[in-house]
Amino acid sequence: MASNSSSSTAQQRLRIIAGHLQKRPEDENASVAAQECKAEAPRSEPSSATPVPRRRQEIMKWNGWGYSDSRFLFTKKGQAEFTGKRYRLSGLILPSLKDWFEGTFGANLQHRSPATPSLNLSAVAPPNLNQPFVEDLKAAGLVVSHDPEDRVFRAHGHCLHEVFALREGRIGRVPDMVVWPSCHSDVEKIVELACKHNVCLIPYGGGTSVSSALECPREETRSIVSLDTSQMSNIHLKDVFIMRCTAVTLTLHIVSLTAGSETLHKASTPLCLSRNTFPVRLLNEHGYCTGHEPDSMEFSSLGGWVATRASGMKKNIYGNIEDLVVHIKMVTPRGVIEKSCLGPRMSTGPDIHHFILGSEGTLGVVTEVTLKIRPLPEYQKYGSVVFPNFQQGVACLREVARQRCAPASIRLMDNEQFQFGHALKPQVSSMFTSFLDGLKKFYITKFKGFDPQHLCVATLLFEGDRGKVLQHEKQVYDIAAKFGGLAAGEDNGQRGYMLTFVIAYLRDLGMDYYVIGESFETSVPWDRVLDLCRNVKERIVRECKERGVQFPPLPLSRVTQTYDAGACVYFYFAFNYRGLNDPVHVYEQVEHAAREEILANGGSLSHHHGVGKLRKEWMKESVSGVGLGMLKSVKEYVDPQNIFGNRNLL
Amino acid sequence: MASRALYSPRHPMLKKRDSFEDILEERRHSSDLRYALRCYTPTLYKGLVPCKASMLKSIVLQSDHLQYVIKQVSSESGDSTECVAEEASLILDEMAHRLQLSTVRFFVFTLSKAFKRLFRSVCVNEEGIQRLQQAVQEHPVVLLPSHRSYMDFLMMSYLLYMYDLPLPVIAAGMDFMSMKFVGEMLRMSGAFFIRRSFGGDKLYWAVFSEYVKTMLRNGYAPIEFFLEGTRSRTCKSLTPKTGLLNIVMEPFFKGELFDVNLVPVSISYERILEESLYARELLGIPKPKESTSGLLKARRVLSEDYGSMYVYFGHPVSVRSLTEGKITRSQYNLLPRCIPQKPSADTHEFLNDTAFRLVRIQEGNMVLKPWVLIATLLLQNPDGMDLSSLAEQTDWLRHLALAFGAFLDWPDHAACSEVISCSLALHRHLLSVSAGHVQLSVTDAPQVETTPEEAVFHQAVVVLSCASYRNQILHVFLRPALLAVAMQSANSNRKDDVYNCFNFLRNMFSSEFILCPGDSVQDFEEACYLLMKRGVLQVLEHEIVMSASGHSTLAFLSSVLDPFLQGYQVTPHTQCANLILRRFEISVFRFLCVFVIMASGRLKCYEALSSDLQKNALAAFLRLKAVMKVKVGDQVTLKVNKIAVNSLEDTLGKSDVISHQNSWWSSMAMFEIAI
Repeated sequence: MASNSSSSTAQQRLRIIAGHLQKRPEDENASVAAQECKAEAPRSEPSSATPVPRRRQEIMKWNGWGYSDSRFLFTKKGQAEFTGKRYRLSGLILPSLKDWFEGTFGANLQHRSPATPSLNLSAVAPPNLNQPFVEDLKAAGLVVSHDPEDRVFRAHGHCLHEVFALREGRIGRVPDMVVWPSCHSDVEKIVELACKHNVCLIPYGGGTSVSSALECPREETRSIVSLDTSQMSNIHLKDVFIMRCTAVTLTLHIVSLTAGSETLHKASTPLCLSRNTFPVRLLNEHGYCTGHEPDSMEFSSLGGWVATRASGMKKNIYGNIEDLVVHIKMVTPRGVIEKSCLGPRMSTGPDIHHFILGSEGTLGVVTEVTLKIRPLPEYQKYGSVVFPNFQQGVACLREVARQRCAPASIRLMDNEQFQFGHALKPQVSSMFTSFLDGLKKFYITKFKGFDPQHLCVATLLFEGDRGKVLQHEKQVYDIAAKFGGLAAGEDNGQRGYMLTFVIAYLRDLGMDYYVIGESFETSVPWDRVLDLCRNVKERIVRECKERGVQFPPLPLSRVTQTYDAGACVYFYFAFNYRGLNDPVHVYEQVEHAAREEILANGGSLSHHHGVGKLRKEWMKESVSGVGLGMLKSVKEYVDPQNIFGNRNLL
Repeated sequence: MASRALYSPRHPMLKKRDSFEDILEERRHSSDLRYALRCYTPTLYKGLVPCKASMLKSIVLQSDHLQYVIKQVSSESGDSTECVAEEASLILDEMAHRLQLSTVRFFVFTLSKAFKRLFRSVCVNEEGIQRLQQAVQEHPVVLLPSHRSYMDFLMMSYLLYMYDLPLPVIAAGMDFMSMKFVGEMLRMSGAFFIRRSFGGDKLYWAVFSEYVKTMLRNGYAPIEFFLEGTRSRTCKSLTPKTGLLNIVMEPFFKGELFDVNLVPVSISYERILEESLYARELLGIPKPKESTSGLLKARRVLSEDYGSMYVYFGHPVSVRSLTEGKITRSQYNLLPRCIPQKPSADTHEFLNDTAFRLVRIQEGNMVLKPWVLIATLLLQNPDGMDLSSLAEQTDWLRHLALAFGAFLDWPDHAACSEVISCSLALHRHLLSVSAGHVQLSVTDAPQVETTPEEAVFHQAVVVLSCASYRNQILHVFLRPALLAVAMQSANSNRKDDVYNCFNFLRNMFSSEFILCPGDSVQDFEEACYLLMKRGVLQVLEHEIVMSASGHSTLAFLSSVLDPFLQGYQVTPHTQCANLILRRFEISVFRFLCVFVIMASGRLKCYEALSSDLQKNALAAFLRLKAVMKVKVGDQVTLKVNKIAVNSLEDTLGKSDVISHQNSWWSSMAMFEIAI
């Protein structure tokens, strides 16, 4: 993991990093139970400086989430297993997953719904190329491809309907060509040529969108070019330098890794300080971090974070993307937009960054971003609290928010999600740990009288220097105690965070057995959190019933971020679709109803997934007609030809 | 989907209704005491937050909403918050119920005895009970019974106890509370008391609404209240009130509840206990104050036969599906929910519309007995009828009513004459039968000489009592009858002329009958459909033509509305003298008595004496601007708008129902001078 730095300070930092990863060799032998569930960074060092190859399909699934070698499967004995070597969970057996899976969804391992094994190239329509544009690009020395596999890979995000269609081998409209710029001036050239030849550009970063943002608009008749920003990091790898160093804030200038329209989603490890996404790794080697850790961190891109107003797990300490960004450079059809200095705050009319943050690839390509950075925390500790019920848990989180003492991350899982997390507990290797587990369970349910069908768990992550973390921890546990919460150990906490990273891999497993699902999120004032969670879940159950879903659906909710004025609530929702003709349509109708319910209960259209094309219809209602008009007039000025024609947001 | 679920006007014949079970049957064969003491384990709401009646009080007093209003009132009035909070606590003490199972058991025991004496049978649709059992578990329930008698809410609680359903908490008027013991007994059986009027009192409103909402949110118990607000003295459904309906829907609007089930309940009586009391009240004798001694005196009623009673539990109506596409709940997003908000205009419209529809469901599920048909016919024939022609016409009417979707309980396999004689026997105190001739008349009137005024009064009591039975079936005939009258008064057979006339009548009678505002076209089409199906009319593209065989039906239908038309014609003239509003009813009565004596024989205007009709007519004239309220000093006087009245007369007068209108108007003129 560590690079061979000669200075002792660097070595000390590395130890710190290693500490965060909790990969101390002595622990590995001593306490398996505390470790094995922890998701973690890939073990293999990335050999090349380029984190993402051009042909992504060589290491990643073309019709599912993540790396090709990592997936869940049920063995012949019916035991769940996570393959590969990349994650801490890799190669482990999850004995209780099968029972939970079958019991919750009414699924059966005999009833399989396998995916089409490989892409049928003849199903991909031939590219509609704009020849003069292609020639000009080639003349400018840019790398392009119209290979069907490349094009299909960039035609989708990870919405259920997108992945479901791929699994069935159905390919819709795909980009006609892919182009890989490698620096800012490349992007300028591409945009200039696109304007000249009137082609449609769709920026593509990590491809983790869950808002249909990457779908090619059906009504688009021009040639569609996917602008893949993954190679831009290559050149400026050596350019990472620290701009300013004060006691409080360090600012780092990073040439954008990617830029695009993807939405943040899912699947990173909780210990992701050492992702092979280059800036993060390099930063860590220097003893710094950005602190921005969205769940999709493993795959998503910096440009994508900016373009969707991303939010990270540790925003309580570091802030969301809009708090982290100091400077942005974006290439638009009108030219380049950027500020003239790196001042931490400016009173120069509305902040132009806010036209870019959340623009979802409709205005241009983000090519450079300057982010604040912070020293790596010295100490990190997970924790968890069990509450007798969800109401008490929410009340506790609200109080924590009121006292402004939220740890780096604090999340509250409802009972169903807690049980789900429990099903992912790896095989226990010793009698002693299983005995301990039994004892803990006995204490909570029998001695403390918690109803296992109602109790819920808050997961915590503390960061900072050791003394302060311990003090902070005590403060939070004291508040929790006032709401009937019992400290429930680090293990439960960590497993909770692992759930968010494996969930997308798990969805692929579900889809092998007639179970489909997805996640959606919202933000809502504190006083409405409980009502919103209950109503949305009940609406989902009711809608599924009305639409003929044969098995009870599973809606889960989680309060995943806290703010002074409210919280971010995250939902998972899955059901067994056996017996349905058009399961995706049913799913979409139910999700649509759930979103209506969210809006009716005072929730927002999105907290961090973005709008894309999936939630466009509610934009006017959300920001008022005048608000929408303002955004439209900006688009009108910046991109009158609609070169960035992915038709998101507006 | 929602409105279709609520009411489908187009196919009244297709309305499926459940069958009834007599619950007294079992009571007559087993011990009431053991029954009252049996194990009671009600089905509960799945989201129930267990909570004692005493805890409710502290939840209400601690609620954000009440705390907010207390602070607001305190800053407005200058009193300390403690002082206002104390006041709120007193209001709550005065209001709150204290449900106790032992009291309920006592009631169950006594009521079992009473019901067995009063009624031949008490019939309940058990399928409705099963639906209710289901609904109670899923979402908080609001019970909306019709209100014809004091018996209503006693019977409701009795039935819910009997079927192991959670006992309701009932919104009751303050009048009961003043009854010694009984008030407290009712409180302990689940009644909570609200003042009749508290318009401007913010604190009272806050305590009251929070109290109801808290019970609903916690799933504490079904809330029961009467949409009509009070007992209907005329047996016509009253224009519903929306205040409480808004309170019980607000937790849904604000997202505090996923859904609320509204269950309309129709309670109908073959013979109403308060029958003659109501008639007297309508004639201006004030209602006796609720008192315990009064109740004891009233035990005389126990010795009489009141036939059967029917309770029909309608389909639960989900507030969520009702509001679909009509209410944007996000309008509540921008204010903290504890801050009281006046319902917006569209919410108000929705509430009003829903209230009307719910009352129509109640009407539709009311069981009608053969006597209702007989009463209708006898009222149209003030000189009486021969038994044979009565039987013949009753049979004809029965088929007409059934075709229009009436929920008629006609005994199977019984000859028409037999059914009629049974009905006549039950209501013998309103009739005289001699030599095969039936006539409405005073039977138990004192033999001593009475003044003509008293005689009119006694006769009016009989007529109004009888009218209250006819009124029960009015909702069945109402729309076709309005069309029948419209056809007679319209200038031509053109469809739009008829429709305009129909619309005018509908508008005029909108306080009198349950006519959903805004449903004018729908009602018109329904009327056309029904009459066309019956072969009375032919509805062409632009014209409506009477069929050859349709005359008798049309004549019958328009004469159904006769008393009301006449009543409305009398009313504006009584007001010519700019009567002072406060003395309105008394003066009108005295005047009308003389008038009826003079006109008797020619007119059958007894119903115009009904204060209910006068009140509705006045409301209609105010609405139509034929009468204006003018404030002179402290007194409000009514001023007649001559022009508007004349144009009204033109429209109403054209109806040839009142063939003798000329002489009628001239006699009116005489009396104006007399006054």
